[in-house]
Amino acid sequence: MLRTLFRIVRTGVVSEPAPPPAQALRQREALQQDILRIMGRALCIRHVDAGSCNGCELEIHALNNPRYNIEGLGIKFVASPRHADMLLVTGPVSVHMEVALKRTYEATADPKLVIAIGDCGADGGVFGECYASRGRIANVIPVDVVVPGCPPTPTAILQGIITAITARVGD
Amino acid sequence: MNKTIDRIAWESLTTAVPVRRARVDAAQWRAFTAAVRDAGGRLLTLWASDVRDLAGGFLVRATLQDQQGLAVLELPLTESAPEYPTLTPTFPNTARMQRAAYDMIGVRAAGDDARPWLRHEAWPTNTFPLRRDFPAAHRYDIGTPAYPFVPVEGDGVHEIPVGPVHAGIIESGHFRFSIVGEKVLRLEQRLGYVHKGIEKRFESMTLGDGQRLAARVSGDSAVAFSWAYCMALESLCHTTLSARALWLRAFCLERERIANHLGDLGALGNDAGFAVGLTQFSLLKENVLQSNVAAFGYRYPMDYVIPGGVALDLADDVRTALLREGEALARDVASLRRIYDDHTGLQDRFIGAGRVEPALAARLGLTGLAGRASSQLWDLRCDHPSAPYNTLGVHMVSHRSGDVAARVIVRFDEVVESLRLCQQLLEQLPGGPIHSELGATPETGFGTGCVEGWRGPVLIALDNAGNIIRRCHAHDPSWHNWPVLEHAVIDNIVPDFPLINKSFNLSYSGHDL
Repeated sequence: MLRTLFRIVRTGVVSEPAPPPAQALRQREALQQDILRIMGRALCIRHVDAGSCNGCELEIHALNNPRYNIEGLGIKFVASPRHADMLLVTGPVSVHMEVALKRTYEATADPKLVIAIGDCGADGGVFGECYASRGRIANVIPVDVVVPGCPPTPTAILQGIITAITARVGD
Repeated sequence: MNKTIDRIAWESLTTAVPVRRARVDAAQWRAFTAAVRDAGGRLLTLWASDVRDLAGGFLVRATLQDQQGLAVLELPLTESAPEYPTLTPTFPNTARMQRAAYDMIGVRAAGDDARPWLRHEAWPTNTFPLRRDFPAAHRYDIGTPAYPFVPVEGDGVHEIPVGPVHAGIIESGHFRFSIVGEKVLRLEQRLGYVHKGIEKRFESMTLGDGQRLAARVSGDSAVAFSWAYCMALESLCHTTLSARALWLRAFCLERERIANHLGDLGALGNDAGFAVGLTQFSLLKENVLQSNVAAFGYRYPMDYVIPGGVALDLADDVRTALLREGEALARDVASLRRIYDDHTGLQDRFIGAGRVEPALAARLGLTGLAGRASSQLWDLRCDHPSAPYNTLGVHMVSHRSGDVAARVIVRFDEVVESLRLCQQLLEQLPGGPIHSELGATPETGFGTGCVEGWRGPVLIALDNAGNIIRRCHAHDPSWHNWPVLEHAVIDNIVPDFPLINKSFNLSYSGHDL
């Protein structure tokens, strides 16, 4: 136990301040107020893998590490679309996941936001469209924000989330 | 029996690992696979191809591993009766591969489970996506076929269906638990949800482009799959790589192993209620990813290993920084390991959970790190080491208790070993170019590559037609280990499933293709 405590103290707080550029910082401050105004206490995100290679999932996981510390921003991942304000969808949509993705979207309460993560979510990526793939997420459910990259960095995903929120405020 | 095998006419392939290949008949197919099993060898993968436009009919192929190296069997089948002798009595782990071969090509192993495996509703029965005349872009519009799960009956038995959309940040698949109270009586998996037509997609690509798709078969094993693909292509084109390119590939592969193990060690702590473990290990993993940018250009170097070598040279100042970072990481991992070892609550959850006894692991062909945690002593870096592993002397890591605790120990030991290898690779990094021109492409040919990825052996089998991929089969070790997970959870409690599952951490995408 003592060793664990020493380790925690020695690690200290390693969370990075706002990612560059400064523009992102401004969005972040605005984000806190926006979240409080729109969502009450927190922004809840539900992740859906619609057919990814699992690369994007690794970078979404990274948002929870102490460097990006997404929970410190009042954003957290939830286990059910019923609890979610936002869907983070990865992959090209495989035909076998099409129904599940639509059902998950329908199960998410309005108002809701959808972010398509990664090159595959954005345009089908290397997999494209074929007998087993519907290609980009927007071919199956409405998408608010697209974050390209293979896989996109945690900072890019975070900016996508922030963009989705601020776009909503401007409506 | 021996006479049947003696008549097999082997042809050696030029690859980084010893590979031999032969056309066989049904009797030789049966006899040779049984002989490999009896001698303690293993089956690595099984797949089929449509050759009606070439030799006629179909080919079903299997890659096995024995003392001599890899052996690729090719069994021709007629178009009118594409049946072949099932390998499931010899190697039970072929059951799903054979079902998938039927779904994709339409060749059936006699006596197999007739339920579809990769096919849900994307294409109708009696239609086979990997046949040459299948319209790749066609959209079929059909209902959802019911999948008959095996029912478990008895007093107080009930089912828990889970997925395909899971509660965490995780890939999609379906698990059907039959339980009494808290205890799991049976788990049945249904995979194939993220099938996106990868092997069909290969068939419209050039040999050079294929690496980009191979890297995305399973993102967490991008380096292993890229290397296996490039190894297959380089054997097809008789290309010799520079030493520097090989050393850098190995360095990148070991970093992939380290990053995945660090991530999983943190998640395993978290799944047992020790959130500090997740925080600490995810920070170490993040540090590795951040320094990957300087070394390989990206946090996740999907396209660093390219045909003929690697995409980016390693600057000397980066090399020095990486050597220092490796030393610091080794100290951090040792410190966290002491914390994990001393944490009674954590060890209580790890020890005995999801146990796979060595005998069962051997029978079912458990592979990779999970296999080594159940006394299955296989590691391509030690069995048939290709450069640079033949000069490094990899210490094979293993354990015999086969539970979550053993898989944790194996991961810790492998991180330590991979860090040692990385230091060696950096210290002994040869000079020279990082890229060689590919040799001439044969009109038609076959190449194969296999690499010990962090999860286990990753294979690529490649047939070309000029500069175009005719058929590319990609095999992830998850094919072998998913069925064993069904056994590992029996008699465990449902709340331990996430922990047991994470200790294997199998790929859905790499399996569903």
